[in-house]
Amino acid sequence: MDALAIRELSTGYRRRPVIESLTLPDLPAGAVHALLGPNAAGKSTLLRALAGLLPAHGSIMLAGEELVHMPLAERARRVTYMPQTLPGGVALTVLETVIGALRAAHAEAAPGSTGDAVGRAVETLAQVGIEHLAMEGLARLSGGQRQLVSLAQALVRRPRLLLLDEPISALDLKYQQQVMQLVQRLAREQGMTVLVVLHDLQIAAQWSDRVVVLAQGRLAACGEPAEALTPELLAEVYHVDARIEHCSHGRVQVMVDGLASSDGVASI
Amino acid sequence: MANAATRSPETTRAGLVTAYRKLIVRRTAIVAGLAALCVVALVLDMVTGSSGLGWTAVLQALFDPGLMAANDVFIVRELRLPHALMALLVGAALSLAGTEMQTLLDNPLSSPFTLGVSSAASFGAALAIVLGITLPGIGQDWMVSINAFVFAFGSLLLLQLLTRLRDAGTGTVILFGIALVFAFNALVTFIQSISSQTELQQLVFWTMGSLSRGTWPHVGILALILCLVVPFSLYAASSLTALRLGEDRARSLGVNVTRLRFASLLRVSLLAATSVAFVGIIGFVGLVGPHIARMLVGEDHRFLLPASVLSGAALMSLASALSKALVPGVVLPVGIVTSLVGVPLFLFLIFRRPGRV
Repeated sequence: MDALAIRELSTGYRRRPVIESLTLPDLPAGAVHALLGPNAAGKSTLLRALAGLLPAHGSIMLAGEELVHMPLAERARRVTYMPQTLPGGVALTVLETVIGALRAAHAEAAPGSTGDAVGRAVETLAQVGIEHLAMEGLARLSGGQRQLVSLAQALVRRPRLLLLDEPISALDLKYQQQVMQLVQRLAREQGMTVLVVLHDLQIAAQWSDRVVVLAQGRLAACGEPAEALTPELLAEVYHVDARIEHCSHGRVQVMVDGLASSDGVASI
Repeated sequence: MANAATRSPETTRAGLVTAYRKLIVRRTAIVAGLAALCVVALVLDMVTGSSGLGWTAVLQALFDPGLMAANDVFIVRELRLPHALMALLVGAALSLAGTEMQTLLDNPLSSPFTLGVSSAASFGAALAIVLGITLPGIGQDWMVSINAFVFAFGSLLLLQLLTRLRDAGTGTVILFGIALVFAFNALVTFIQSISSQTELQQLVFWTMGSLSRGTWPHVGILALILCLVVPFSLYAASSLTALRLGEDRARSLGVNVTRLRFASLLRVSLLAATSVAFVGIIGFVGLVGPHIARMLVGEDHRFLLPASVLSGAALMSLASALSKALVPGVVLPVGIVTSLVGVPLFLFLIFRRPGRV
């Protein structure tokens, strides 16, 4: 099975290890996995290590291939990472930015000619819903629009493993739903493994097949949202009093009542 | 998913592909236009000079010198032509180096001289002029140029080494560069303090920058270096474009940023060190040439790099012509004129096309 298998993974920054010996249950392809946890839990660090941007020890197997020692260019053909921000002060159009991702990765050879690369970029912009911005300069876009461009840049390369670091943090409600729906659909259709860092537990419960909860670089919980997200877990990891309820559509709803009774403002 | 009311025919997929192709054609045309401007600037530079030789005399000296006075042929062939070509080459080299530097350091205020290249070159020149210290086996004619090159190139290699040892980011690289500027400036001041009046005059004149030092061997060497460097720059164009979107993003696209930085800084070092060694310090073109190119063609480096080469060359060549024409009988230091030409052009472009790609 084309799963992502993480075993005994240690990673972090110079003289500051963040994740030590992390082992996760296999994350199957064709599914969306929400990576949750409080600030500084190691979510972005894990994503950057999976993308090859941080040195790592241990094993990261994707569809039977070991990624840890794979050269960056090789890994980039299989894994795409979307960072939290896309700089705005760059004199490129949206379309050029997306085509640039294909050129830099030397992936334009895959679809054929330059014309195919342009066609593929346009198609991706349409998927994300921003084809009307194609000829706009990045400098003229809002933060949310830049986030959508960043997503298009990640999607255009059709990776096997898609790593998204807070992809909807600057988006309005409509685009939050639209992006998560698109990501879920592409995961299903293209057999991608998607690992997405989210802070919104509601969105995670609605759109992910599985949640992976980290706390202080360690695995706190992993499983389907309805099973993994419990009041006890949220109290332990986020230090909040919360209830888990089911709405009339049967979906999990996370209701946060406030800070956990043992936790105060002073401890934030 | 886009709002249907805001759609225009251009936003259809076929329309977008066509719009993109038009953009590419427009940018190619701009690069071609800059190349044509270089030719015009070269001709202007060639027909301008205190000896009063016009374009017919220049053409005759170049293609049918038999009937001309030997002195006029000498002026055209040994002074005007190498100086005019030197202007184009130095402008091209400094502007290309400036573009790569601005991309590498993610800083629009960077120029080839940001990291202390000019200060190091001045120190090398000071050692040769005042103390007569140079590498063994180097003749009097080449002493100052070789020293300037060795120290300029060496300073950037030292910077590379420090950067690698510390695994430093762009901010640290700039700080290292600033430290080098202060260190070399202090050393130059020290040498100035122990130099004679004549040596001091020579040193100050050297730092002003002048194309009149350009000889045919200098032209040949700089042309060769540009021919060697430009293909590698163009090969790295897509990676440099990706780097503009952030180091993490570039690396996640498969770009080896460490190797890209090393190779790019090496190219910048070669271009800046050779230019400064032959003509002294000409600062403005390396800062403004890239900005003019960026405003004209955007930051797709496949177009930005050639546009920078050509805009720098044209700017320098026009400045060279003006340096001979502004005050009759006097050739002004070209560095002053690059600013006089560049600043109004720069401001015009900024006001004309705010934020446009």
